[in-house]
Amino acid sequence: MKNLMYRLDVKGSPYLYIVPFFLLFAAFGIFPLAYTAWVSLHEWSLLSETHTFLGLQNYRELFADEYFWNALRNTAQIWVLSTVPQLLMALLLAHVLNQRLRAPTFWRMTAVLPNITSVAAVAIIFAQIFGKDYGLVNWILETLGLGRIDWQAGTASSQIAISVMIIWRWTGYNALIYLAAMQAVSKDLYDAASLDGASSFQQLTRITVPAIRPTIIFTVIISTIGGMQVLAEPLLFGGGSMTGGSDRQFQTLSLYLYEVAFSRFDFGYASTAAWAMFGIIVIVAAINYFLTSRLRRS
Amino acid sequence: MTVTMTRPKGDAEAVAPTPPSRRYKGFVERRPGKLTYLALTGLALFSAFPLYWSFVVGSHDNGVLGEVPPPLGLGPNLFANVERAFGTIDFAKALANSFMVSGAITISVVLFSTLAGFAFAKLAFRGRNALLVMVIATMMVPTQLGIIPLYMLMAKIEWTGTMYAVVAPGLVSAFGVFFMTQYLGEAVPTELIEAARADGCTTLRIFWHVVLPVSKPAAAVLGMLTFMTAWNDFFWPLVVLTPEDPTVQVALSALASGYITDFSLSLTGTIIATVPLLVVFVALGKHIIGGIMQGAIKG
Repeated sequence: MKNLMYRLDVKGSPYLYIVPFFLLFAAFGIFPLAYTAWVSLHEWSLLSETHTFLGLQNYRELFADEYFWNALRNTAQIWVLSTVPQLLMALLLAHVLNQRLRAPTFWRMTAVLPNITSVAAVAIIFAQIFGKDYGLVNWILETLGLGRIDWQAGTASSQIAISVMIIWRWTGYNALIYLAAMQAVSKDLYDAASLDGASSFQQLTRITVPAIRPTIIFTVIISTIGGMQVLAEPLLFGGGSMTGGSDRQFQTLSLYLYEVAFSRFDFGYASTAAWAMFGIIVIVAAINYFLTSRLRRS
Repeated sequence: MTVTMTRPKGDAEAVAPTPPSRRYKGFVERRPGKLTYLALTGLALFSAFPLYWSFVVGSHDNGVLGEVPPPLGLGPNLFANVERAFGTIDFAKALANSFMVSGAITISVVLFSTLAGFAFAKLAFRGRNALLVMVIATMMVPTQLGIIPLYMLMAKIEWTGTMYAVVAPGLVSAFGVFFMTQYLGEAVPTELIEAARADGCTTLRIFWHVVLPVSKPAAAVLGMLTFMTAWNDFFWPLVVLTPEDPTVQVALSALASGYITDFSLSLTGTIIATVPLLVVFVALGKHIIGGIMQGAIKG
């Protein structure tokens, strides 16, 4: 009897420890995501009880939807505008932080300070800074003898403003991820390079970047997933409007999804957009995975 | 992706990584010069400026903001604006809601992550590797895309507009399980568990007496990261709550939305929303940094 209890404990009880996680994750994580696919095949609105099966009709409509392509283009542009400078600056910053500094914790804290600020707060503060009439940036431009810019009105200007918010919030965070990877690189490599007279910048490009390449690819994937979810910045930059500007010049995919679902209450069509976004993420992740494994082999 | 996760070894090591200076025949590793500190100071100003600016705008009357040059120092109106913000939106309720929601999510995530992390790191069972791979894969899945059925589910069980709806999807985190699995894998010696078993300890007693005490530092770090993420969560609370019974972020959004924005008021709101986390950050920043560097994932 005692033996049986012992075997039950050793063989069976491990499952008890993981069951809460899997149950809750299935209920509130995986099930909604999977059910989105089912909803996307229907005409499904919040207000109607009947859900007519449409097959792929919603998808055909989506691929002909001008607003969808506009939102996809905006999302891609904001992603490039924010990710490229963000990751380059993060690399430089991590390189600077990767020295024997006095008070290293203090400097690291200043780097991640923006990241603990909530995305809503960041968007509101920067909306003021980029304001047309009382904004700080326009005051500086005017003082320099350049004209004021209506940041919200233009496509490029509004997307730059939104990208600045993202860059400000995430550069330091990515720098810390890089820093963690850099500290695993052998110090002897740098010592040898120093003795050979390599400059600090050469050490960064010749030793550090190749050594932490997997981490760089990882941050690219993570910023892609993050980039697909940009919502608070354009929403609050536009004063709470779901269209992302009068000409939808800064409406992102997530914002479009939000508009279709919770302003038009067209759940079926919004689910279609959600699955299209999921598909894009999978494709980007697959490309990245392919590149990573090729890098590993070479 | 696992390559980037540096092995957790307790936060002490992660925040104090600089090795002692080494000597090579009279050659001493160079200390960074003035230029480095100048650059870092610039960075610190860049990081802090928008927060400082929210205090500048939040401490002035709205009318003053249109002046040329705009005010660059603090003004006298901060408390008047705070009072006005509390009068416009029920920030007291919002703060209480946010504390409650973030606290509940933190406790739940830490508990379930520690349980699952223990099983994945130290117990042998059929399907362990496959299930662990599943956990790692789901870390990358943007569950935000399932927001529509989640809303339908909450409407069906009549939880929309309540804090239950905000807490439920946050109860577990794949990242948390991964984080604790990594930590416990290294921190708990397998021999210790075997010895306890030989002494007739049940798995539950091993968890309670051996694993739980060891897991404390990592649990604290995971708890802080989870609390911050929950506090700052925006989209889902915005969808499922109303401005009458909001979290802090939803209250902020309501304050900043509309055709005419009262910037003094809305930036005062950002101060109210940010200060609680700033306090936590200043007090525990060292550990938060260690946690991020041990392998955090953007949430």
